[in-house]
Amino acid sequence: MSALLSVEGLRVDYLTAHAPFTAVRDISFEIRPNEILGLAGESGCGKSTVAYALMRLHKPPALVRKGRILFQGRDVLSFSDKELRAWRWSEVSMVFQSAMNSLNPVMTIFRQFHDMLRAHGPVTRADAMDRTAQMLEMVGISADRMHAHPHQLSGGMRQRVALALALSLQPKLILMDEPTTALDVVVQREILQEVLRLKDKLGFSVLFITHDIALMAQISDRIGIMRAGEIVEIGAAEQIVSAPAHAYTRSLWEAMPTLAPQMEGATHVV
Amino acid sequence: MLSETPILQLDGLSKTFNVRPIFGRATQVEALRNVSLSLHPGRALALVGESGSGKSTVGRMIVGHHRPTAGRILFEGRDIAELTSRADQMRYRQAVQMVFQDPFSALNPAHTIRHHLARALSLHQPEVDPEAALRAILEDVELDPISTPAKFPHELSGGQRQRVNFARALAVKARLIVADEPTSMLDVSIRKSILGLMQRLKAEHGLAILYITHDIATAEYLAEETAVMFRGQVVEQGPTASVVGAPQHGYTRLLRAAVPDPALRLTGSDAGFAAEAQRVRAASVPPVAQMRDVALGHRIAEHAEVTHA
Ligand SMILES: Nc1ncnc2c1ncn2[C@@H]1O[C@H](COP(=O)(O)OP(=O)(O)OP(=O)(O)O)[C@@H](O)[C@H]1O
Ligand SMILES: Nc1ncnc2c1ncn2[C@@H]1O[C@H](COP(=O)(O)OP(=O)(O)OP(=O)(O)O)[C@@H](O)[C@H]1O
Ligand SMILES: [Mg+2]
Ligand SMILES: [Mg+2]
Repeated sequence: MSALLSVEGLRVDYLTAHAPFTAVRDISFEIRPNEILGLAGESGCGKSTVAYALMRLHKPPALVRKGRILFQGRDVLSFSDKELRAWRWSEVSMVFQSAMNSLNPVMTIFRQFHDMLRAHGPVTRADAMDRTAQMLEMVGISADRMHAHPHQLSGGMRQRVALALALSLQPKLILMDEPTTALDVVVQREILQEVLRLKDKLGFSVLFITHDIALMAQISDRIGIMRAGEIVEIGAAEQIVSAPAHAYTRSLWEAMPTLAPQMEGATHVV
Repeated sequence: MLSETPILQLDGLSKTFNVRPIFGRATQVEALRNVSLSLHPGRALALVGESGSGKSTVGRMIVGHHRPTAGRILFEGRDIAELTSRADQMRYRQAVQMVFQDPFSALNPAHTIRHHLARALSLHQPEVDPEAALRAILEDVELDPISTPAKFPHELSGGQRQRVNFARALAVKARLIVADEPTSMLDVSIRKSILGLMQRLKAEHGLAILYITHDIATAEYLAEETAVMFRGQVVEQGPTASVVGAPQHGYTRLLRAAVPDPALRLTGSDAGFAAEAQRVRAASVPPVAQMRDVALGHRIAEHAEVTHA
């Protein structure tokens, strides 16, 4: 199967006052059509840096030193600004880490949907409203909240809005950087099942970044484990869960907080 | 069972926000509905629940960001709305400190750690030698007392910054800490050490902690008691071992069942969970008519009427 996105020998440096700091060290991986690739690793290992570079949203002092990023065979690093604008959000979108703070604080939720939709083609106000209502309902927010400003929503609600925005142009690849960390586990599971359902229906791929490895194991097809800018292990989810090859992967599993077994009754109510 | 009186009591606390949009009709958000909770010195109460259920609103009301629409907040038995003298208000603001999810948000990037802590120390502990006090407090939160003072917030890791926030609470001699998801932006390994720190502050300094979290496993570790919130109401509360270990209210059971289990794969075609979640939510929205005892100190909400839609 040919890859939707392939990354070859990507290296990203942060230029500092001293020697440049290499945050991503010559990593290679691919994301296949319709696949969820999980990327896990401890804070500072370079996960977000990878995501920003893939979308070419990295800004100085970050610098892509070498490597190639191919999206459906097209060389992303050589896109013109115009090509980039057309490509971003409509073919690849991103839910940012601390997405809850990535919304524009002075614009209503509706305005942010309207602007995004308008930037990619003509749309009437009424159509934009319908679309916004539909996307909000999909992530479990009642449509009448579209006129709220971000500070009037809870952290988890803002995070759901960010997810709805990323899904709204039906991109082929969605980069999700800790998309559900501010949510309760019920909503988290509902949203992820909804993402899976939409993926089955519409067909898209996901790069799923999180440090919740239990959650990652629940939804990823394949998982890559990063440490200090390198991918130390990448493989099928079952293998990473039940037969991790690298000592570092095993240590991540051991550090995972676990719940005491329930006193009575089944573990699952459904 | 508890000898000491609660340090903090919420008594029938309600909060309604009026939202006036530029377009569309004005709406009211009932963020809290008749919430009653109590907290004891040296103990932690975990507040868990749905996102948007009002947990942060509870925290923000305790530190005085919002006024109650109805109900009272009692600090050592006194209604905080009646603290009218400046001295009383100052004392309260010092006794109750908030630690936020984002360890950066409460620190000024332009100032060193020394500056952050020395100010608090000189204001609240003028009698002690500032350098010695600074060292003692940094040691207490397990930060290097020699190198840390001269550092700026951006030179510390997230976990270290969160330790500075706890150090600041110690510097002002706080007695109650409202910690709103203090570990959710931290790695699992660092998360454990911050929880260990909170555990120690509780045991050694007799601090009371209101621990707002999405992570039930950590509530189990830190908090003697847990209250579960849904749509502005407390639906279940009691000893953590019993609330988390043997949940009785439908919403708590749902929450417990949704904790990620690496052995369980999620699929898009499994509509069972979403259907169950929807059913439980509908049943949990109506006003709580009464709290029923199900075990010693463990109570669950009985809702006024259940609408079968
Ligand atoms: N603007 C910057 N200047 C210098 N170094 C940076 C900058 N941004 C990030 N870094 C460094 O690059 C490395 C990778 O950071 P990145 O944000 O990609 O990590 P991450 O894996 O996403 O971590 P987290 O789980 O905490 O989000 C870190 O060591 C970080 O300190
Ligand atoms: N200043 C405000 N104006 C209007 N509505 C508000 C305001 N602050 C909070 N709300 C509403 O009150 C409700 C409770 O919000 P709160 O932030 O307390 O939830 P939470 O339980 O902390 O959620 P999360 O787990 O997502 O952080 C939400 O519906 C939110 O939209
Ligand atoms: Mg990151
Ligand atoms: Mg909150």
